[in-house]
Amino acid sequence: MTSDWLNHLIIAPILLPLVASALLLLLDERRRLAKNAIALATLVAVLVVSVTLLLQTVRVGISGDSATRVYLIGDWAAPFGIVLVADWLSDLMLVLTAVIALAAFVYALARWDRAGPRFQALFLLQIMGLNGAFLTGDLFNLFVFFEILLAASYGLLLHGSGAERIKAGLHYVAINVGASLLFLIGVALIYGVTGTLNMADLGTIIPGVAGGDLALLQSGFAVLGIAFLLKAGMWPLGFWLPRTYAAAVPPAAAVFALLSKVGIYALLRVYLLLFGSEVGWEGNFGEEWLLFGGIATVAYGTIGVLAAQTLSRVAGFCVIISSGTLLASIGASEGTSLSPILFYMVSSTLGLSAFYLLLELVERREAEASVQAIVEPVFDDEYTGTISEPDAEEVGIVIPATIALLGGAFAFCALLLAGLPPLSGFIAKFAIIHNLLNLGPEVSAPVWAFVFLLIGSGLAILVATTRAGIDLLWEPSDKPQPPLRVAEAVPVGALLAICLGLMIFASPVMRYMERTSISLQDRQGYINAVLGAQRNTAESPP
Amino acid sequence: MELVLALGIGVFTSAGTWLILRPRTFQVILGLSLLSYAVNLFIYAMGRLRVDAPPVVGSEPVTDFARYADPLPQALVLTAIVISFAMTALLLVVLIAAHGLTGTDKVDGDDSQ
Repeated sequence: MTSDWLNHLIIAPILLPLVASALLLLLDERRRLAKNAIALATLVAVLVVSVTLLLQTVRVGISGDSATRVYLIGDWAAPFGIVLVADWLSDLMLVLTAVIALAAFVYALARWDRAGPRFQALFLLQIMGLNGAFLTGDLFNLFVFFEILLAASYGLLLHGSGAERIKAGLHYVAINVGASLLFLIGVALIYGVTGTLNMADLGTIIPGVAGGDLALLQSGFAVLGIAFLLKAGMWPLGFWLPRTYAAAVPPAAAVFALLSKVGIYALLRVYLLLFGSEVGWEGNFGEEWLLFGGIATVAYGTIGVLAAQTLSRVAGFCVIISSGTLLASIGASEGTSLSPILFYMVSSTLGLSAFYLLLELVERREAEASVQAIVEPVFDDEYTGTISEPDAEEVGIVIPATIALLGGAFAFCALLLAGLPPLSGFIAKFAIIHNLLNLGPEVSAPVWAFVFLLIGSGLAILVATTRAGIDLLWEPSDKPQPPLRVAEAVPVGALLAICLGLMIFASPVMRYMERTSISLQDRQGYINAVLGAQRNTAESPP
Repeated sequence: MELVLALGIGVFTSAGTWLILRPRTFQVILGLSLLSYAVNLFIYAMGRLRVDAPPVVGSEPVTDFARYADPLPQALVLTAIVISFAMTALLLVVLIAAHGLTGTDKVDGDDSQ
């Protein structure tokens, strides 16, 4: 490390939003400008810190050294104190979080921050919880950060109030409190068997567990896995997801798209670290579940996307398809060659967030009369008069600029989510399929089924979005187009531009993902880095 | 002692599970509370049941660690209690709001069945 303060940078993505949101609570609700300025500055700072961490990792890792950096909270030695770990995967998720958070917050500045009290504080707490979950190296600490991000997400979901949000919120809170209890049962079982909750320490202890303890430990991890999969929205645990996400205000929904990836992240982290092939027992613990569960999830999402009556539900089922694709491909590849999967995760998360932000803009013209813009059905399967209208004059209609802009962004999003060339979604899907077909000398039947389902789900997304796009953007409407604010157009454009960047710079991004994949499989490297972390008692404690 | 604790956890869990599957919101909240009691006891039990073993080391030098109980599960339980307490409070607020907006205490906000 070049200097001492760079070491302390690891905790900044957690501390900055926490301090700022505490500060925001002290400010009066009427001082909106000050609150927004503080929150915006914090989010920019978090983005800068995350990118700095990522660049540090790349600089250290490019020489082939282990880029896993450990931060001992309170300077307690590793298995006893709580550690934060920044490695390739954590840094990637941090940057992804910061980018989406900044885009969603700028979008919210246009009007959504006024829809209810304390939006900024809740938003920052949400980011703190996400960052904490990505950084922590301790299972119980992971639970605490899960609770923080969940508590903030309850508030964000209810932001704006209204009967639909309250009803969806009631289910969401009840389901997630239940999932948290499962999480605790799992953690307690693991602690009861191994006597530690530090992930690196667990990695060293688990290979030695045998006999009746092994069954207990496996049940513990299975229960823990259910909690993660519920977060990720695996079938049949994901029925709550489309409705809940559809009820949330667009900036909150954009962050929620990231929330379901936390479950995937936790699965990757815990299962790859603790259940590698080196462990020796039950090498494929849970992988078949992931494959078949993922296939079922993609199938459910595909049917749902075709059946969805509103665009926000289409987006919800796209989240489910994305989760299912990730789960099934993690399960099929048995934890090896994760780089296409990670690329898909980044690309689809960005695309989904942009889609959630875009939805309301596209639907606004149709729903302007109604207060509940987000829960209005957009599809009108009956022909409501457009056919009987004389269509001769339509030839010379000039497309208004906002419609052209929105339509372009919508088409871009649809291509991205469906995985059509030439965008990053295509590269990701192509890489995943290529990877699946090269797993072994023979491709097994479930993998074939998954490949076909993957292509079919893309087609279904394309059909659903095309249908909505024609309905909302092409069909001439008498209603005047409400103005498109710059603060709303810029974040959507920025997210889509990043996706474009992923496509243009696919080669360096893929190299990063490959390094991430290698570091995830290097279990011993992680364990050595965490357990061998040096205390710096000589210097002032953090 | 083991039998009593195990029975207690079992009764809490089964009652809680039954209650969260009920159609009314208040029953769901009670069910979640009961489940959280069960989970808290369960975490506590994972630190092994010991009698007459203090979890805190005093000022005198420790000669035998076996005389002390494991303090970590107790710390975990404390955190879990605080979190589940906060979540229950939040759920109550949502419940009241849902009741005010939909006029019913059914979980799906529909009183017609």
